[in-house]
Amino acid sequence: MKRYLLIRILSLIPLWLGISVLAFALSNLAPGDPATVLAHRLSDAPPTEEQIAAIRGQYQLDAPLPVRYARWLGAAVRGDLGRSYRTKEPVLKELAARFPATLQIALGALAIALVIALPLGVLAAVRRGTWLDHTARVGALLGASVPSYWLGYLLILVFALGAGWLPVAGRDGAGAAVLPALTLGLGAAATLARLTRASLLEVLGEDFIRTARAKGLDEWAVVWRHALKGALIPVLTVTVIAYGHLLGGAVIVEGIFAWPGVGNLLVNSIYDRDYPMIQGFVLFMGMIFTVLNLVADLSYLWIDPRIRLAHERRART
Amino acid sequence: MSGKREDLTNVRARDSFVAAGHGTVSARWPAVSGRGVLRRLKRDRAALAGLVVIMLLVALALAAPLVAPHDPAAQHSSERLASPTLTFPLGTDNLGRCLLSRLLYGARLSLASAGAASLLVLVIGVGMGALAGYAGGWVDIVIMRVVDLLLAFPLLILALAITGFIGVGMGSVLVGVVSVWWASYARVVRGLVLSLRARPFVEAAWAVGTGPARIVIRHVLPNVVSPVIVLATLEMGSLLLVISGLNFLGLGVQPPTPEWGAMLNDGRPFLRSAPQLLIYPGLAISLAVMACNLLGDGLRDALDPRL
Repeated sequence: MKRYLLIRILSLIPLWLGISVLAFALSNLAPGDPATVLAHRLSDAPPTEEQIAAIRGQYQLDAPLPVRYARWLGAAVRGDLGRSYRTKEPVLKELAARFPATLQIALGALAIALVIALPLGVLAAVRRGTWLDHTARVGALLGASVPSYWLGYLLILVFALGAGWLPVAGRDGAGAAVLPALTLGLGAAATLARLTRASLLEVLGEDFIRTARAKGLDEWAVVWRHALKGALIPVLTVTVIAYGHLLGGAVIVEGIFAWPGVGNLLVNSIYDRDYPMIQGFVLFMGMIFTVLNLVADLSYLWIDPRIRLAHERRART
Repeated sequence: MSGKREDLTNVRARDSFVAAGHGTVSARWPAVSGRGVLRRLKRDRAALAGLVVIMLLVALALAAPLVAPHDPAAQHSSERLASPTLTFPLGTDNLGRCLLSRLLYGARLSLASAGAASLLVLVIGVGMGALAGYAGGWVDIVIMRVVDLLLAFPLLILALAITGFIGVGMGSVLVGVVSVWWASYARVVRGLVLSLRARPFVEAAWAVGTGPARIVIRHVLPNVVSPVIVLATLEMGSLLLVISGLNFLGLGVQPPTPEWGAMLNDGRPFLRSAPQLLIYPGLAISLAVMACNLLGDGLRDALDPRL
């Protein structure tokens, strides 16, 4: 078990190396000569040939790609992701300053999604084929089909401009996070509700459930005491992955609400062609996302006794 | 038992989020006859409704020059932000352009880009997946490591970053989206090919001396078709969402070209004064995506009778 854990954690290293190659390769997609582009970004007046040549020398931009990658990676390992073209601040500092705001709405969205999805999914499975199940199905379909970048505006129209309960944009006041979190959370709720329903139905079809029913337990006791625990294992795993996707989805949603998170930062960096910032973002989010994926896999192992015991048995023999 | 469960759940976990949270495709697929699928699909009213809506939207997009009341770029300066009238059935935008005409013409680009992206993703994904599954060895390792790497990200972020580096335009949006979206197909197709490779009819083909290319094309790929169709239908909805999303962020088509996501972006400053500028394009995107999801769900149920 411990050995398996260690292997899984160490397996992050090649994945992170791959992510760093990808992030570095991205910067070479940009059109134009990098030294000229950089010279234009660093000075307000059009740069002279000498200035461009000086920058080429200073940043060693004529070195071969592998050398430049190695140098970039060496700096990145030490936490130096370069400086933003726009603000001239270190990329990592900018990302770290904005990340809490993104975490906040992503956590809020996850809470909203779970509060909606778990009861709805369980009810839909237990009352399979009734109007409740059908309503839940329609809701899930809507949640998966309505774009967040439209839903956000609908919510603003109803709750901010219409009812006036919540602010339209910004991060001031306690209510400010509600609409961004709701916009993000409703889509995730649809997926989680579907999964909860499917997972519970699968467990309800198993033999030990038939035994429980044969004992004369009523249906709710069967669900509560016997089925739910097993059914929620895959839901929990997906919840961890869903959290990563919520962090990604924030990229579009934050702009709608002028929410000062990393997503908004990425989109503005793209508008400004702030390449070190985009590159840093890809590296940063890639690392976070791979850790979340690992946590999801390990949580499965930790919670499900069937899989855990199988691993332990394998380790003993 | 536990191994199978883990496998299925992982496929479900990954793919359901890759496909914008809708629908799942399991890696094990029973062989089914085409006629049986059609019969089951005909009984599924929700899936039929999805199919009808998709065909209707495509027909409207194709017929846009005939049915649109106005030129989508024509600015009627005396009719800015007009309410719906007989001449402008959905009213006009801030530049006095007919909203209905822009929606109809916008459907062309939105649907065509989603369709083209789906096709490209399908070809690349199936090709890579079949190659990895059939060739095995280092080819398999290299392809699957790339797939793992791509799927280690929220795909939207990577597509956005690639588009951001290449520069603004519909072409770079398509490149950005296609170059990351093929990965989930490749994984599913590889799984299918691996399971098919061990089946008796493929071994029989080997035994009588059939070459590898012929085995893949004649014996393996036909059995991969049905799950891939489902995946493609579901992915078409999510591709439409993401492409319109990038257009909404202003990274794709530039004004005055009408496209649903770009129309939403253009309408942003008028949320308070003229919310219809945002409501109609969003409705159009939702309707199209919903139709894809309904059809995809129906196809999956029809192809996989176990569910």
